[in-house]
Amino acid sequence: MKEELFVSGRNIPNIDPYLNIWHWEIPIYLFLGGLAAGIMFFAGLFYVMGKEKEMVTTVKWAPFLAPVALVVGLFALFLDLKHQLFFWRLYTTIRIESPMSWGAWTLMLVTPLSLIWAATYVKEAIPGWNWRFSILKKLEAQIIKYRIHMAWVMMGLAVILGVYTGILLSAFNARPLWNTSILGPLFLVSGLSTGLAATMWMSKSHHERKVLSRIDMVLIVVELFLIIHLLMGMLAAGQAQVEAAQLFLGGEFTVTFWVFVIILGLTFPVTLEILELFGYKIPIWIPSLLILFGGLMFRMIMVEAGQITRFLY
Amino acid sequence: MKTRRDFIKISALGTGAATLGLSALNWNGVKALYAADEQEAVSDEEMTAHATYCEVCFWKCAGWAYTDKKGSIRKIVGNADDPHCKGRLCPRGTGGVGMYNDEVRLKTPLIRETVGGKQYFRKASWDEALGLVTSKMKEVSEKYGPEAFALFNHGAPGSHFKHLFHAYGSGNEGEPAWAQCRGPREVGFAATFGSWIGSPEPTDIRDTRCLVLIGSHIGENMHNGQVQEMSTAIDRGATIITVDPRLSTAASKSKYWLPIKPATDLALLLAWIHVLIYEDIYDKDYIEKYAMGFDQLKTHVKNMTPEWAYGITTIKPDLIRRTAREMAAASPAVIVHPGRHVVWYGDDSQRERAIAMLNALLGSWGRRGGFYFKEKVPVPRFPQPEYPHPAWDWKDNLDGRYPLSSMGITTELLKASIPELGYKHQIKAWMVAGTNLPLTIPDNELFKKAADAVEFIVVVDTMPMEIVKYADVVLPECTYLERYDYIRSASHREPNIALRAPVVKPKYETKPAWWIAKQLGERLGLGAYFNYNDIEEVLDWQLKKLGTSLEEMKKTGVKKFPRRSGALYLHEGEDYEFNTNTGKIELYSTDFEDHGFDPLPNYTEHPQPQDNYYRLIYGRAPMHTFSRTSNNPNLWDLMETNSVWVNPKVADLWDLKNSQEVWLQNQDGVVSEFPVKVRITERIRWDSVYMVHGFGHNNKKLSRAYGHGASDSKLITNVMTDPMMGGTGMRGNFVTFLTEKPGKELES
Amino acid sequence: MRYAMAIDTKKCVGCGDCVVACQTENNVPIGYCRDWIVENVSGSYPNVEIELRSERCNHCDNAPCVRCCPTGASHIVEGGIVKVTHNECIGCGACIQSCPYDARYSHPDGYVDKCTFCDHRLAKGQSTACVEVCPTSCLYFGDLEDPNSDVSKALKNRSWKVLAPEAGTKPQLYFLT
Repeated sequence: MKEELFVSGRNIPNIDPYLNIWHWEIPIYLFLGGLAAGIMFFAGLFYVMGKEKEMVTTVKWAPFLAPVALVVGLFALFLDLKHQLFFWRLYTTIRIESPMSWGAWTLMLVTPLSLIWAATYVKEAIPGWNWRFSILKKLEAQIIKYRIHMAWVMMGLAVILGVYTGILLSAFNARPLWNTSILGPLFLVSGLSTGLAATMWMSKSHHERKVLSRIDMVLIVVELFLIIHLLMGMLAAGQAQVEAAQLFLGGEFTVTFWVFVIILGLTFPVTLEILELFGYKIPIWIPSLLILFGGLMFRMIMVEAGQITRFLY
Repeated sequence: MKTRRDFIKISALGTGAATLGLSALNWNGVKALYAADEQEAVSDEEMTAHATYCEVCFWKCAGWAYTDKKGSIRKIVGNADDPHCKGRLCPRGTGGVGMYNDEVRLKTPLIRETVGGKQYFRKASWDEALGLVTSKMKEVSEKYGPEAFALFNHGAPGSHFKHLFHAYGSGNEGEPAWAQCRGPREVGFAATFGSWIGSPEPTDIRDTRCLVLIGSHIGENMHNGQVQEMSTAIDRGATIITVDPRLSTAASKSKYWLPIKPATDLALLLAWIHVLIYEDIYDKDYIEKYAMGFDQLKTHVKNMTPEWAYGITTIKPDLIRRTAREMAAASPAVIVHPGRHVVWYGDDSQRERAIAMLNALLGSWGRRGGFYFKEKVPVPRFPQPEYPHPAWDWKDNLDGRYPLSSMGITTELLKASIPELGYKHQIKAWMVAGTNLPLTIPDNELFKKAADAVEFIVVVDTMPMEIVKYADVVLPECTYLERYDYIRSASHREPNIALRAPVVKPKYETKPAWWIAKQLGERLGLGAYFNYNDIEEVLDWQLKKLGTSLEEMKKTGVKKFPRRSGALYLHEGEDYEFNTNTGKIELYSTDFEDHGFDPLPNYTEHPQPQDNYYRLIYGRAPMHTFSRTSNNPNLWDLMETNSVWVNPKVADLWDLKNSQEVWLQNQDGVVSEFPVKVRITERIRWDSVYMVHGFGHNNKKLSRAYGHGASDSKLITNVMTDPMMGGTGMRGNFVTFLTEKPGKELES
Repeated sequence: MRYAMAIDTKKCVGCGDCVVACQTENNVPIGYCRDWIVENVSGSYPNVEIELRSERCNHCDNAPCVRCCPTGASHIVEGGIVKVTHNECIGCGACIQSCPYDARYSHPDGYVDKCTFCDHRLAKGQSTACVEVCPTSCLYFGDLEDPNSDVSKALKNRSWKVLAPEAGTKPQLYFLT
């Protein structure tokens, strides 16, 4: 029999539970970051492709969600801080090696950009809207001229943002479940997929939904592939990673992960989308909601499960 | 998967984010901004060091208590000049500051009141409380004689009250230190070498080449000097041999661990003696020169072969021989450690005798790496009248029983308090100072009956221990960090003294024991025995006689003196007279023979547990001192409860899980008051369970300790009394597990 | 200069003195600690072994906590000591997540706290509180680059291990085995 116990100090309630320091705030933040990245990426993409008219929700209306998601996400991040008065310290330095610092700065760029993008469509969204100050009007006119450049920048930043939501976790090599570079692309794809889901839900155009739905199917398949890859990679690695993967393969997170993420969050909605392709009538909100829910659960589970994985010594 | 992080309830995840512990917006940063300075560590130079010696255990290490500029105690560190601690306090000494900070300390004098049939404590002034105690002392003295007032004590406060009681005319005092702890070893070693072991033990562990521990768990018993020297011995490559049914920490550091069947140690000791004699590997010159009775011993152990012992102890003959040879090879730098808490099976004085004899055969007494000749500084007595001679004391009450007892037997004082037991002289009232009898004395029923029977109990303590619940008057003593006490003069290699001076003013309305004793003395008309205004006068007078002063001692804390009694060890071929009847090391004890006891030890069989019962073995944890530290915030932080150690095989049998709570029931049907968590571990034998002593407090006033763990003392109802000195053998109790909360009403 | 600590698991008795001494020296609030003791039991009765380890921050050469810190509050000072500047720390928890040794904790005042190798004592020529209190003298501290330091001497003649070397952090607590 092997036995490991603390004979002093560390078995105390003030420390150990708090080593599990991230609760709901971080997964919410990661989820909303990914969602915003997805929305902005496709807005940029279709604008660049010149499909502004065709994909009107994607390019014009859905992006109104992005700044909201980002601000709420940032607020969740702020809630997570234990020393909140000093949050401004994030912006007195750039730490190249710290994903948290990268994220803070990326958001610093992405959030205003998402606001500006949305602002350029305010007039179209709200007929009769008046910017009141002439300077704003002039500014708007100037900015609209540069929409194409903005679209490119937005796509770039969206990819960085999406990848970042995964890299934030994968940078922690002390948590074997997170410590895999596949988390970057995986979270990016998942973020894009949730962004699409939200956009689809908003869209009233059958054509637009169909286009988005097809892209989404591909993304979900890629996501499933990446998840399998993640687990395979872990099972092929060291004992700590094997035990981390086993959290999802018989361990305590097995049911939540397979039911909420794999089945309800990915497989079921993709099946619905395929069925719709074959002409079955599926209310769009069902797959959309499931994808959004699955994306949130995925982040919740990854954050929670990752924190109980550790190196063995 | 093994993890340190599985505390958060994972199942909450499935139900969504809201249940994941919504934390409120936290503006703690504000506090940090203001409090930043206090948070930081302070360097020693910015603080003031005050000389003290520790009172968290009986080792009494000298140390420095540091106060910061605001006058609060920040930390306590050891005094580098102190032979007891060499500048390193143990966790309890370091955490001594928690004793001062404990918010549930006794704060004011309390007097028991009865209103409408309900009893409660009422706060009282010192004047009133002292007045009441004085009147009771006078009343007892007039009605029954002062001898009927008994003193139970432990530690530094004891010395002040002993002085009071001697002046008052009572010699009836008892410390658990004798009959519940180390009495048998003093008897066994006195019979053999004519000398007590005493405290600190004169074991030359630092220079030993072989240390043999019989049930003694140095490292878990945090007797500072011993632990430090054992570590030095490990560094120097000494062989450690540990005999213990449990893999103690010391056993885990031993070259040989002998996982003996409990209660059979004496057979092993006799077999070792057999091997040393019959393999002719004992210290022949030493025995020839200093010992008597060798031939009788040789004949006595003739048949006590390792094979004989194997059948009893389950230790393989080969291992018995190898370990005996290992000891002989190290001789005389070998210590068969006498242990400290040695009241186990009622034949403990004889077992300790066997240990002493083994040491004699190895030539280790008075030898480097064995036992050194200890010496202490006699502290002159402050001028006072002679004490009156009591008409009787505890010894007269024994009618010839326990003839070798040289200190008061607590349990006998308790029995003398119960009229039905018909003792010649009756005890009618108690003062209890610094000892928590309900968690210390086995056979709780005896204690309760005695407490019920006496007319008056006054308790002096710093904490609301269980004993306080039995008091008529409670006198709150300040902690050692707030008071002077008598000079510490303990025997050691180098004679030395240490000073305890107050670090801070007494908190609340607490008072030092010397003040309480003096107040009572004066009120009793015994002012002549307390002929000083402040104890500083006494200390300064004594210290000046010793060639120093209070002022100097406040600066140094410790003073060492040159030895006067001769060398630490015997010289080659030195003539030496031992303080025994024959002047020799008595392998054949004439003293035991005179009193009608076996002059040579014999193994007697002790009961083994019945089916489904396990022997209750108890011991120490390094971060606690008995039951007195369980509520200390710093030490509670390290260890908040005990657990019951269960072998995995036994756990399988009972289907017990780690950390599962169980109740323990002993052979007499006594059930532990509180549940205790199971620790499934390979460190314990399958026929025994193990618990750390001192937990299971039932006084609700103990905010942290109340209801944590089980009390071993309460489960010890079978007491095997040592006929030689009255020791209460406590290892003959067997427990079984109750996995459901027992139905019957439990005493609270 | 490269400060390091060696812990003799053969001498440690797991008394927890290092924990209390650290708490009182560094004013660590009750209920929290910067160092702790782990007991590992292996084997089966009566062939059982115990390993006792006094653990604390490893002051890693390749410290992931410093890398992950978004504000630079976690930093490395002279001698390789990993420290946290309280009023630069935002309490994001990234360093806690990044530490394979769980050596950091969130102080009740919000910032992240950890072992400092008692650098305020080192500055005065003293050793750390835990080293100086240890009753078994099982902790050795000093400069690894100085061959005469206690830690260098302890490591020279003994076999040792570090914890979770596979985490790649180059830890600086050496456990003598």
